[in-house]
Amino acid sequence: MKDEQFNNRNVSNEYFLVDIEDYPTEPWDKFKRVVKRTFRLELFVGLWVVMREFFKFEIHTVSYPEEKMPIGPRYRAIHEMKRLWESDTERCIGCGLCEKICVANCIRIETKRDENSRKEVSEYSINLGRCIYCGFCAEVCPELAITHGGRYENASEQREHFTMYEDMLTPLDTMKVGNQLEFEGFGAITPHEDERVKKTPLAY
Amino acid sequence: MEMAYLIETIIKIVIVMLVFSALAGIGTYFERKILAFMQRRLGPMNVGPYGVLQFGADAIKLFTKEDIVPTNVVAPVFKIAPVITAATAFIAAAAIPFLPSFTIFGYEVHPIIADINIGILYILGIMGVGLYGPLLGGMASANKFALLSAARGAAVFISYEVVTGLSILAPIMMVGSLSLIDFNEYQAGGITSWMVWTQPVAFILFWIAAFAETGRTPFHLIANDHEIIDGFGTEYSGMRWGLFFIGEYANMFFISFMIPILFLGGYGDGSFLGALALLGKMSFFFFFFLWTRAAWPDVRPDQLMMLCWKILMPVAVLNILVTAIVMM
Repeated sequence: MKDEQFNNRNVSNEYFLVDIEDYPTEPWDKFKRVVKRTFRLELFVGLWVVMREFFKFEIHTVSYPEEKMPIGPRYRAIHEMKRLWESDTERCIGCGLCEKICVANCIRIETKRDENSRKEVSEYSINLGRCIYCGFCAEVCPELAITHGGRYENASEQREHFTMYEDMLTPLDTMKVGNQLEFEGFGAITPHEDERVKKTPLAY
Repeated sequence: MEMAYLIETIIKIVIVMLVFSALAGIGTYFERKILAFMQRRLGPMNVGPYGVLQFGADAIKLFTKEDIVPTNVVAPVFKIAPVITAATAFIAAAAIPFLPSFTIFGYEVHPIIADINIGILYILGIMGVGLYGPLLGGMASANKFALLSAARGAAVFISYEVVTGLSILAPIMMVGSLSLIDFNEYQAGGITSWMVWTQPVAFILFWIAAFAETGRTPFHLIANDHEIIDGFGTEYSGMRWGLFFIGEYANMFFISFMIPILFLGGYGDGSFLGALALLGKMSFFFFFFLWTRAAWPDVRPDQLMMLCWKILMPVAVLNILVTAIVMM
Protein backbone atom coordinates (compact mmCIF):
# COMPACT_ATOMS: atom_id res chain seq x y z
CA MET A 1 0.00 0.00 0.00
CA LYS A 2 1.61 3.19 -1.17
CA ASP A 3 0.64 6.42 0.46
CA GLU A 4 2.85 8.81 -1.49
CA GLN A 5 0.03 10.03 -3.67
CA PHE A 6 -1.99 11.00 -0.61
CA ASN A 7 0.89 12.85 0.97
CA ASN A 8 1.63 14.97 -2.06
CA ARG A 9 0.30 18.35 -1.06
CA ASN A 10 2.08 20.42 -3.66
CA VAL A 11 -0.28 22.82 -5.30
CA SER A 12 0.00 22.14 -8.99
CA ASN A 13 -0.96 24.31 -11.89
CA GLU A 14 -3.71 21.91 -12.84
CA TYR A 15 -6.28 23.77 -10.78
CA PHE A 16 -8.65 25.90 -12.77
CA LEU A 17 -11.89 27.74 -12.17
CA VAL A 18 -15.00 26.00 -13.45
CA ASP A 19 -17.05 28.06 -15.83
CA ILE A 20 -20.53 28.13 -14.31
CA GLU A 21 -23.33 29.62 -16.35
CA ASP A 22 -26.01 31.75 -14.77
CA TYR A 23 -29.40 30.17 -14.25
CA PRO A 24 -31.76 30.97 -17.10
CA THR A 25 -34.70 33.22 -16.31
CA GLU A 26 -36.52 33.41 -19.63
CA PRO A 27 -38.79 30.47 -20.48
CA TRP A 28 -37.09 30.02 -23.83
CA ASP A 29 -33.67 29.80 -22.16
CA LYS A 30 -35.05 27.35 -19.65
CA PHE A 31 -36.41 25.23 -22.47
CA LYS A 32 -33.05 25.33 -24.23
CA ARG A 33 -31.37 24.17 -21.04
CA VAL A 34 -33.77 21.28 -20.69
CA VAL A 35 -33.15 20.22 -24.28
CA LYS A 36 -29.42 20.51 -23.85
CA ARG A 37 -29.43 18.50 -20.65
CA THR A 38 -31.68 15.88 -22.16
CA PHE A 39 -29.65 15.23 -25.27
CA ARG A 40 -26.13 15.76 -23.98
CA LEU A 41 -26.48 12.29 -22.40
CA GLU A 42 -24.56 13.21 -19.27
CA LEU A 43 -26.15 10.31 -17.44
CA PHE A 44 -24.23 7.92 -19.65
CA VAL A 45 -20.97 9.66 -18.81
CA GLY A 46 -21.66 8.76 -15.18
CA LEU A 47 -22.43 5.18 -16.13
CA TRP A 48 -19.23 4.97 -18.16
CA VAL A 49 -17.10 6.33 -15.32
CA VAL A 50 -18.23 3.76 -12.78
CA MET A 51 -17.99 0.97 -15.35
CA ARG A 52 -14.43 2.00 -16.14
CA GLU A 53 -13.55 1.78 -12.45
CA PHE A 54 -15.32 -1.57 -12.26
CA PHE A 55 -13.05 -3.03 -14.93
CA LYS A 56 -9.89 -1.21 -13.89
CA PHE A 57 -10.26 -2.88 -10.49
CA GLU A 58 -7.99 -0.47 -8.64
CA ILE A 59 -9.02 -1.33 -5.13
CA HIS A 60 -7.97 1.13 -2.46
CA THR A 61 -9.32 -0.82 0.48
CA VAL A 62 -6.88 -1.48 3.30
CA SER A 63 -8.08 -4.77 4.80
CA TYR A 64 -7.25 -3.48 8.21
CA PRO A 65 -6.32 -6.21 10.64
CA GLU A 66 -4.14 -7.86 7.99
CA GLU A 67 -2.87 -4.69 6.37
CA LYS A 68 -1.99 -1.49 8.13
CA MET A 69 -1.24 1.97 6.86
CA PRO A 70 2.23 3.21 7.83
CA ILE A 71 2.14 5.80 10.59
CA GLY A 72 4.37 8.83 10.85
CA PRO A 73 7.30 9.07 13.26
CA ARG A 74 5.51 11.81 15.21
CA TYR A 75 2.52 9.63 15.93
CA ARG A 76 1.63 9.65 19.63
CA ALA A 77 0.29 6.29 20.73
CA ILE A 78 0.93 4.16 23.81
CA HIS A 79 3.98 5.25 25.78
CA GLU A 80 7.26 3.44 25.91
CA MET A 81 10.07 3.53 28.44
CA LYS A 82 13.50 3.52 26.89
CA ARG A 83 16.79 2.07 28.17
CA LEU A 84 20.24 3.53 27.94
CA TRP A 85 22.18 2.30 24.94
CA GLU A 86 25.45 2.10 26.92
CA SER A 87 24.40 0.08 29.97
CA ASP A 88 20.92 -1.21 29.17
CA THR A 89 19.69 0.31 32.43
CA GLU A 90 16.51 2.30 32.62
CA ARG A 91 16.74 5.90 31.56
CA CYS A 92 14.05 7.04 33.99
CA ILE A 93 15.55 8.90 36.95
CA GLY A 94 12.27 9.18 38.83
CA CYS A 95 12.16 12.98 38.74
CA GLY A 96 8.36 12.99 38.49
CA LEU A 97 8.13 15.76 35.92
CA CYS A 98 5.84 13.69 33.73
CA GLU A 99 3.42 13.20 36.62
CA LYS A 100 3.55 16.89 37.35
CA ILE A 101 2.90 18.10 33.84
CA CYS A 102 0.27 15.55 32.91
CA VAL A 103 -2.85 17.56 32.07
CA ALA A 104 -5.12 14.54 32.35
CA ASN A 105 -3.67 13.39 35.68
CA CYS A 106 -3.22 9.93 34.32
CA ILE A 107 0.39 9.27 35.33
CA ARG A 108 1.21 8.04 38.83
CA ILE A 109 4.82 7.60 39.89
CA GLU A 110 6.29 6.46 43.23
CA THR A 111 9.97 6.42 43.92
CA LYS A 112 12.24 5.12 46.67
CA ARG A 113 15.94 5.08 47.51
CA ASP A 114 17.70 1.95 46.41
CA GLU A 115 20.67 0.38 48.18
CA ASN A 116 23.06 2.83 46.52
CA SER A 117 20.99 5.77 47.79
CA ARG A 118 19.93 6.53 44.24
CA LYS A 119 16.37 7.34 43.35
CA GLU A 120 14.55 4.44 41.81
CA VAL A 121 11.08 4.03 40.36
CA SER A 122 9.05 1.69 42.52
CA GLU A 123 5.61 2.16 40.97
CA TYR A 124 4.74 3.73 37.66
CA SER A 125 1.41 3.48 35.84
CA ILE A 126 -0.46 5.36 33.16
CA ASN A 127 -4.23 5.27 32.97
CA LEU A 128 -4.71 4.97 29.24
CA GLY A 129 -8.43 5.60 29.64
CA ARG A 130 -7.65 9.09 30.89
CA CYS A 131 -4.60 9.83 28.79
CA ILE A 132 -5.26 12.30 26.01
CA TYR A 133 -1.98 11.51 24.27
CA CYS A 134 -0.95 15.14 24.29
CA GLY A 135 2.72 14.20 24.48
CA PHE A 136 3.66 16.62 27.28
CA CYS A 137 5.23 13.81 29.33
CA ALA A 138 7.52 12.88 26.48
CA GLU A 139 8.35 16.50 25.86
CA VAL A 140 9.17 17.32 29.44
CA CYS A 141 11.24 14.22 30.16
CA PRO A 142 14.85 15.36 30.67
CA GLU A 143 16.28 11.92 29.92
CA LEU A 144 14.19 11.01 26.82
CA ALA A 145 13.02 8.10 28.94
CA ILE A 146 9.24 8.20 28.42
CA THR A 147 8.33 8.50 24.77
CA HIS A 148 5.44 7.66 22.53
CA GLY A 149 5.37 4.49 20.51
CA GLY A 150 3.38 3.34 17.52
CA ARG A 151 0.96 0.92 19.22
CA TYR A 152 -2.41 2.48 18.58
CA GLU A 153 -4.64 -0.58 18.98
CA ASN A 154 -5.59 -0.06 22.61
CA ALA A 155 -9.23 -1.00 22.69
CA SER A 156 -10.18 -2.53 26.02
CA GLU A 157 -13.19 -3.84 27.84
CA GLN A 158 -13.29 -1.02 30.35
CA ARG A 159 -12.49 2.64 30.47
CA GLU A 160 -9.82 2.33 33.13
CA HIS A 161 -7.06 0.41 31.55
CA PHE A 162 -3.57 0.82 32.82
CA THR A 163 -0.15 0.23 31.50
CA MET A 164 2.61 -0.45 33.99
CA TYR A 165 6.29 0.44 33.98
CA GLU A 166 7.43 -3.08 33.10
CA ASP A 167 5.07 -3.26 30.14
CA MET A 168 6.35 -0.01 28.68
CA LEU A 169 10.03 -0.72 29.29
CA THR A 170 12.01 -1.93 26.29
CA PRO A 171 12.60 -5.66 26.90
CA LEU A 172 16.20 -6.59 27.63
CA ASP A 173 16.47 -9.01 24.72
CA THR A 174 15.33 -6.31 22.27
CA MET A 175 17.95 -4.09 23.81
CA LYS A 176 20.67 -6.75 23.44
CA VAL A 177 19.97 -7.04 19.71
CA GLY A 178 19.96 -3.27 19.49
CA ASN A 179 16.44 -2.92 18.18
CA GLN A 180 15.23 -0.13 20.44
CA LEU A 181 13.50 2.46 18.31
CA GLU A 182 14.03 6.06 19.29
CA PHE A 183 11.03 8.34 19.23
CA GLU A 184 11.90 11.13 16.88
CA GLY A 185 9.43 13.30 18.65
CA PHE A 186 7.92 16.63 17.95
CA GLY A 187 8.94 18.32 14.76
CA ALA A 188 10.31 15.11 13.34
CA ILE A 189 9.69 15.03 9.65
CA THR A 190 8.33 12.11 7.75
CA PRO A 191 10.96 10.10 5.90
CA HIS A 192 12.03 11.41 2.49
CA GLU A 193 10.38 14.73 3.26
CA ASP A 194 13.35 16.58 1.72
CA GLU A 195 12.44 15.39 -1.75
CA ARG A 196 8.89 16.58 -1.36
CA VAL A 197 9.32 19.98 0.27
CA LYS A 198 9.62 22.84 -2.16
CA LYS A 199 12.40 25.30 -1.61
CA THR A 200 11.44 28.76 -0.52
CA PRO A 201 11.72 30.96 -3.57
CA LEU A 202 14.12 33.87 -3.28
CA ALA A 203 12.07 36.16 -5.47
CA TYR A 204 8.58 36.16 -6.87
CA MET B 1 -59.94 -29.49 -10.91
CA GLU B 2 -57.47 -32.14 -11.79
CA MET B 3 -55.27 -33.43 -8.98
CA ALA B 4 -52.12 -33.51 -11.10
CA TYR B 5 -52.63 -29.89 -12.07
CA LEU B 6 -53.03 -28.90 -8.43
CA ILE B 7 -49.87 -30.71 -7.36
CA GLU B 8 -47.92 -29.26 -10.26
CA THR B 9 -49.04 -25.74 -9.41
CA ILE B 10 -48.14 -26.11 -5.75
CA ILE B 11 -44.70 -27.44 -6.66
CA LYS B 12 -44.19 -24.51 -9.01
CA ILE B 13 -45.26 -22.02 -6.35
CA VAL B 14 -42.86 -23.52 -3.82
CA ILE B 15 -40.00 -23.44 -6.32
CA VAL B 16 -40.64 -19.82 -7.29
CA MET B 17 -40.90 -18.83 -3.63
CA LEU B 18 -37.68 -20.58 -2.65
CA VAL B 19 -35.66 -19.55 -5.70
CA PHE B 20 -36.62 -15.92 -5.53
CA SER B 21 -36.31 -15.61 -1.74
CA ALA B 22 -32.79 -16.98 -2.08
CA LEU B 23 -32.12 -14.78 -5.11
CA ALA B 24 -33.29 -11.74 -3.16
CA GLY B 25 -30.72 -12.56 -0.52
CA ILE B 26 -27.96 -13.30 -3.00
CA GLY B 27 -28.97 -10.16 -4.85
CA THR B 28 -27.89 -8.14 -1.83
CA TYR B 29 -24.47 -9.80 -2.06
CA PHE B 30 -24.19 -8.91 -5.74
CA GLU B 31 -25.31 -5.39 -5.03
CA ARG B 32 -22.73 -4.87 -2.33
CA LYS B 33 -19.94 -6.41 -4.39
CA ILE B 34 -20.72 -4.53 -7.61
CA LEU B 35 -21.21 -1.21 -5.84
CA ALA B 36 -17.94 -1.78 -3.99
CA PHE B 37 -15.98 -2.51 -7.16
CA MET B 38 -17.41 0.54 -8.85
CA GLN B 39 -16.36 2.64 -5.88
CA ARG B 40 -12.88 1.07 -5.63
CA ARG B 41 -13.70 -0.92 -2.53
CA LEU B 42 -13.66 -4.63 -1.86
CA GLY B 43 -17.09 -5.14 -0.38
CA PRO B 44 -17.83 -8.09 1.91
CA MET B 45 -14.71 -10.22 2.16
CA ASN B 46 -14.63 -12.03 5.46
CA VAL B 47 -17.56 -14.47 5.56
CA GLY B 48 -16.61 -17.34 3.30
CA PRO B 49 -14.33 -17.04 0.26
CA TYR B 50 -14.69 -13.52 -1.16
CA GLY B 51 -17.57 -13.01 1.25
CA VAL B 52 -20.04 -15.21 -0.62
CA LEU B 53 -21.58 -16.45 2.62
CA GLN B 54 -22.35 -12.90 3.75
CA PHE B 55 -25.95 -13.56 2.74
CA GLY B 56 -26.15 -16.41 5.21
CA ALA B 57 -24.68 -14.28 7.97
CA ASP B 58 -27.21 -11.53 7.23
CA ALA B 59 -30.05 -14.04 7.23
CA ILE B 60 -29.00 -15.46 10.61
CA LYS B 61 -28.77 -11.95 11.98
CA LEU B 62 -32.20 -10.93 10.68
CA PHE B 63 -33.90 -14.11 11.86
CA THR B 64 -32.47 -14.02 15.36
CA LYS B 65 -32.87 -10.29 15.97
CA GLU B 66 -35.47 -9.17 18.44
CA ASP B 67 -38.76 -8.29 16.78
CA ILE B 68 -39.43 -4.83 18.21
CA VAL B 69 -42.89 -3.29 17.99
CA PRO B 70 -42.49 0.26 19.31
CA THR B 71 -44.93 1.69 21.85
CA ASN B 72 -46.92 4.18 19.82
CA VAL B 73 -47.30 2.29 16.57
CA VAL B 74 -50.59 0.86 15.34
CA ALA B 75 -49.49 -2.68 16.01
CA PRO B 76 -51.70 -4.77 13.66
CA VAL B 77 -51.05 -2.50 10.66
CA PHE B 78 -47.39 -2.18 11.57
CA LYS B 79 -47.07 -5.96 11.67
CA ILE B 80 -48.91 -6.69 8.42
CA ALA B 81 -47.20 -4.03 6.24
CA PRO B 82 -43.95 -5.91 5.45
CA VAL B 83 -45.95 -9.03 4.67
CA ILE B 84 -47.90 -7.05 2.06
CA THR B 85 -44.71 -5.91 0.35
CA ALA B 86 -43.17 -9.37 0.18
CA ALA B 87 -46.44 -11.16 -0.61
CA THR B 88 -47.50 -8.88 -3.47
CA ALA B 89 -44.07 -9.17 -5.04
CA PHE B 90 -44.43 -12.97 -5.13
CA ILE B 91 -48.14 -12.96 -6.04
CA ALA B 92 -47.33 -10.80 -9.06
CA ALA B 93 -44.82 -13.41 -10.18
CA ALA B 94 -47.60 -15.92 -10.80
CA ALA B 95 -48.20 -14.64 -14.34
CA ILE B 96 -44.57 -14.35 -15.42
CA PRO B 97 -43.23 -17.11 -17.71
CA PHE B 98 -39.74 -17.56 -16.33
CA LEU B 99 -38.59 -20.11 -18.88
CA PRO B 100 -39.99 -21.75 -22.03
CA SER B 101 -41.94 -24.92 -21.44
CA PHE B 102 -39.84 -28.07 -21.31
CA THR B 103 -40.39 -31.79 -20.92
CA ILE B 104 -39.15 -33.60 -17.84
CA PHE B 105 -39.74 -37.38 -17.33
CA GLY B 106 -42.18 -37.28 -20.24
CA TYR B 107 -44.28 -34.62 -18.54
CA GLU B 108 -44.57 -31.20 -20.13
CA VAL B 109 -43.89 -28.38 -17.67
CA HIS B 110 -44.92 -24.78 -18.26
CA PRO B 111 -42.73 -22.61 -16.00
CA ILE B 112 -45.56 -20.17 -15.40
CA ILE B 113 -47.81 -20.61 -12.40
CA ALA B 114 -51.00 -19.28 -13.97
CA ASP B 115 -51.20 -18.58 -17.71
CA ILE B 116 -54.08 -16.16 -17.40
CA ASN B 117 -55.07 -14.19 -20.46
CA ILE B 118 -54.83 -10.85 -18.63
CA GLY B 119 -51.30 -11.44 -17.31
CA ILE B 120 -50.01 -7.89 -17.70
CA LEU B 121 -53.08 -6.31 -16.15
CA TYR B 122 -52.79 -8.75 -13.26
CA ILE B 123 -49.11 -8.03 -12.69
CA LEU B 124 -49.57 -4.26 -12.84
CA GLY B 125 -52.54 -4.50 -10.49
CA ILE B 126 -50.74 -6.63 -7.91
CA MET B 127 -47.66 -4.42 -8.09
CA GLY B 128 -49.96 -1.48 -7.48
CA VAL B 129 -51.23 -3.23 -4.34
CA GLY B 130 -47.59 -3.44 -3.29
CA LEU B 131 -47.83 0.27 -2.58
CA TYR B 132 -49.71 -0.60 0.61
CA GLY B 133 -46.56 -2.03 2.19
CA PRO B 134 -44.59 1.24 2.42
CA LEU B 135 -47.77 3.30 2.82
CA LEU B 136 -49.25 1.37 5.76
CA GLY B 137 -45.86 0.68 7.28
CA GLY B 138 -44.91 4.34 7.16
CA MET B 139 -48.24 5.61 8.44
CA ALA B 140 -48.44 3.13 11.30
CA SER B 141 -44.87 3.73 12.46
CA ALA B 142 -45.50 6.86 14.60
CA ASN B 143 -42.36 8.35 13.13
CA LYS B 144 -42.29 11.52 11.10
CA PHE B 145 -39.66 10.27 8.68
CA ALA B 146 -41.64 7.11 8.08
CA LEU B 147 -44.74 9.24 7.49
CA LEU B 148 -42.87 11.42 4.98
CA SER B 149 -41.69 8.30 3.25
CA ALA B 150 -45.23 6.90 3.11
CA ALA B 151 -46.48 10.13 1.56
CA ARG B 152 -43.70 10.13 -1.00
CA GLY B 153 -44.25 6.45 -1.69
CA ALA B 154 -47.95 6.95 -2.37
CA ALA B 155 -47.24 9.89 -4.67
CA VAL B 156 -44.51 8.09 -6.61
CA PHE B 157 -46.31 4.79 -7.01
CA ILE B 158 -49.57 6.32 -8.14
CA SER B 159 -47.83 8.65 -10.59
CA TYR B 160 -45.66 5.98 -12.10
CA GLU B 161 -48.45 3.42 -12.32
CA VAL B 162 -49.87 5.84 -14.89
CA VAL B 163 -46.65 5.90 -16.89
CA THR B 164 -46.27 2.12 -16.69
CA GLY B 165 -49.81 1.54 -17.84
CA LEU B 166 -49.75 4.06 -20.65
CA SER B 167 -46.32 3.07 -21.92
CA ILE B 168 -47.30 -0.57 -22.11
CA LEU B 169 -50.62 0.21 -23.79
CA ALA B 170 -49.03 0.75 -27.21
CA PRO B 171 -47.33 -2.69 -27.28
CA ILE B 172 -50.58 -4.24 -26.05
CA MET B 173 -52.38 -2.62 -28.98
CA MET B 174 -49.89 -4.16 -31.38
CA VAL B 175 -49.95 -7.63 -29.86
CA GLY B 176 -53.67 -7.56 -29.17
CA SER B 177 -53.35 -9.59 -26.00
CA LEU B 178 -52.59 -9.09 -22.32
CA SER B 179 -50.90 -12.42 -21.86
CA LEU B 180 -47.14 -12.47 -21.51
CA ILE B 181 -47.02 -15.77 -23.41
CA ASP B 182 -48.68 -14.05 -26.37
CA PHE B 183 -46.18 -11.22 -26.11
CA ASN B 184 -43.41 -13.77 -26.28
CA GLU B 185 -44.99 -15.56 -29.27
CA TYR B 186 -45.36 -12.21 -31.05
CA GLN B 187 -41.60 -11.64 -30.82
CA ALA B 188 -40.50 -15.24 -31.40
CA GLY B 189 -39.11 -14.53 -34.86
CA GLY B 190 -35.65 -13.47 -33.73
CA ILE B 191 -34.04 -10.16 -32.95
CA THR B 192 -35.68 -8.28 -35.82
CA SER B 193 -39.16 -8.98 -34.52
CA TRP B 194 -38.45 -7.65 -31.03
CA MET B 195 -40.90 -5.12 -29.71
CA VAL B 196 -38.10 -2.68 -28.84
CA TRP B 197 -37.56 -1.81 -32.52
CA THR B 198 -41.18 -0.88 -33.12
CA GLN B 199 -41.82 0.59 -29.67
CA PRO B 200 -38.52 2.14 -28.49
CA VAL B 201 -40.27 4.99 -26.68
CA ALA B 202 -42.52 2.62 -24.77
CA PHE B 203 -39.48 0.52 -23.88
CA ILE B 204 -37.60 3.46 -22.38
CA LEU B 205 -40.67 4.79 -20.58
CA PHE B 206 -41.38 1.38 -19.08
CA TRP B 207 -37.77 1.04 -18.04
CA ILE B 208 -37.78 4.44 -16.34
CA ALA B 209 -41.05 3.62 -14.61
CA ALA B 210 -39.56 0.32 -13.43
CA PHE B 211 -37.03 2.28 -11.40
CA ALA B 212 -39.87 4.15 -9.70
CA GLU B 213 -41.90 0.98 -9.15
CA THR B 214 -39.02 -0.75 -7.43
CA GLY B 215 -37.81 2.43 -5.72
CA ARG B 216 -34.28 2.14 -7.04
CA THR B 217 -31.69 4.82 -7.11
CA PRO B 218 -32.57 7.69 -9.35
CA PHE B 219 -36.02 7.46 -7.75
CA HIS B 220 -34.95 6.15 -4.36
CA LEU B 221 -36.60 8.94 -2.41
CA ILE B 222 -39.04 6.61 -0.62
CA ALA B 223 -36.31 5.38 1.67
CA ASN B 224 -33.56 7.89 1.11
CA ASP B 225 -30.97 7.30 3.81
CA HIS B 226 -29.54 10.78 3.82
CA GLU B 227 -32.87 12.61 4.04
CA ILE B 228 -35.37 10.45 5.88
CA ILE B 229 -33.24 7.76 7.54
CA ASP B 230 -34.69 4.52 6.19
CA GLY B 231 -38.11 5.94 5.37
CA PHE B 232 -40.91 3.47 6.08
CA GLY B 233 -38.35 0.99 7.41
CA THR B 234 -37.06 3.26 10.16
CA GLU B 235 -38.98 1.63 13.02
CA TYR B 236 -38.65 -1.90 11.74
CA SER B 237 -36.14 -4.44 12.91
CA GLY B 238 -35.31 -8.07 12.44
CA MET B 239 -37.31 -10.21 10.05
CA ARG B 240 -40.03 -7.63 9.40
CA TRP B 241 -37.44 -5.31 7.98
CA GLY B 242 -36.02 -8.32 6.15
CA LEU B 243 -39.41 -8.93 4.53
CA PHE B 244 -39.38 -5.38 3.13
CA PHE B 245 -35.96 -6.15 1.77
CA ILE B 246 -36.97 -9.46 0.23
CA GLY B 247 -39.98 -7.76 -1.34
CA GLU B 248 -37.84 -5.01 -2.84
CA TYR B 249 -35.28 -7.38 -4.31
CA ALA B 250 -37.86 -9.90 -5.52
CA ASN B 251 -39.61 -6.99 -7.24
CA MET B 252 -36.35 -6.02 -8.91
CA PHE B 253 -35.95 -9.56 -10.23
CA PHE B 254 -39.53 -9.78 -11.45
CA ILE B 255 -39.35 -6.42 -13.22
CA SER B 256 -36.05 -7.54 -14.73
CA PHE B 257 -37.96 -10.55 -16.12
CA MET B 258 -40.86 -8.39 -17.31
CA ILE B 259 -38.82 -5.95 -19.42
CA PRO B 260 -37.18 -8.60 -21.65
CA ILE B 261 -40.42 -10.56 -22.02
CA LEU B 262 -42.35 -7.45 -23.01
CA PHE B 263 -39.79 -5.74 -25.24
CA LEU B 264 -36.72 -7.87 -25.91
CA GLY B 265 -38.10 -11.11 -27.23
CA GLY B 266 -38.40 -13.01 -23.95
CA TYR B 267 -37.25 -16.60 -24.40
CA GLY B 268 -37.68 -16.40 -28.15
CA ASP B 269 -38.62 -19.63 -29.89
CA GLY B 270 -38.49 -21.61 -26.66
CA SER B 271 -35.21 -23.43 -27.28
CA PHE B 272 -32.59 -23.95 -24.61
CA LEU B 273 -30.60 -21.08 -26.06
CA GLY B 274 -33.66 -18.86 -25.86
CA ALA B 275 -34.05 -19.71 -22.17
CA LEU B 276 -30.42 -18.82 -21.55
CA ALA B 277 -30.91 -15.58 -23.48
CA LEU B 278 -33.85 -14.64 -21.26
CA LEU B 279 -31.75 -15.27 -18.14
CA GLY B 280 -28.96 -13.19 -19.66
CA LYS B 281 -31.28 -10.31 -20.47
CA MET B 282 -32.77 -10.53 -16.98
CA SER B 283 -29.27 -10.39 -15.47
CA PHE B 284 -28.43 -7.32 -17.50
CA PHE B 285 -31.49 -5.43 -16.29
CA PHE B 286 -30.81 -6.47 -12.71
CA PHE B 287 -27.21 -5.37 -13.13
CA PHE B 288 -28.41 -2.07 -14.52
CA PHE B 289 -30.37 -1.43 -11.31
CA LEU B 290 -27.10 -1.76 -9.38
CA TRP B 291 -25.08 0.12 -11.98
CA THR B 292 -27.27 3.22 -11.80
CA ARG B 293 -27.09 3.10 -8.04
CA ALA B 294 -23.33 3.56 -8.24
CA ALA B 295 -23.48 6.22 -10.94
CA TRP B 296 -26.51 8.42 -10.60
CA PRO B 297 -27.71 10.86 -7.97
CA ASP B 298 -31.24 10.83 -6.62
CA VAL B 299 -33.77 13.30 -7.91
CA ARG B 300 -35.88 15.49 -5.65
CA PRO B 301 -39.53 14.53 -5.14
CA ASP B 302 -40.74 17.58 -7.04
CA GLN B 303 -38.40 16.77 -9.93
CA LEU B 304 -39.72 13.23 -9.90
CA MET B 305 -43.32 14.44 -10.08
CA MET B 306 -42.40 16.91 -12.84
CA LEU B 307 -40.68 14.17 -14.80
CA CYS B 308 -43.70 11.93 -14.47
CA TRP B 309 -46.58 14.29 -15.20
CA LYS B 310 -44.99 16.87 -17.49
CA ILE B 311 -42.67 14.71 -19.57
CA LEU B 312 -43.21 10.97 -19.35
CA MET B 313 -46.99 10.92 -19.36
CA PRO B 314 -47.41 13.24 -22.37
CA VAL B 315 -44.75 11.27 -24.23
CA ALA B 316 -46.55 8.03 -23.39
CA VAL B 317 -49.88 9.43 -24.63
CA LEU B 318 -48.23 10.69 -27.83
CA ASN B 319 -46.69 7.27 -28.29
CA ILE B 320 -50.12 5.64 -28.04
CA LEU B 321 -51.54 8.15 -30.52
CA VAL B 322 -48.78 7.59 -33.06
CA THR B 323 -49.04 3.83 -32.67
CA ALA B 324 -52.80 3.96 -33.18
CA ILE B 325 -52.48 6.14 -36.29
CA VAL B 326 -49.80 3.89 -37.76
CA MET B 327 -51.86 0.78 -37.01
CA MET B 328 -54.89 2.26 -38.78
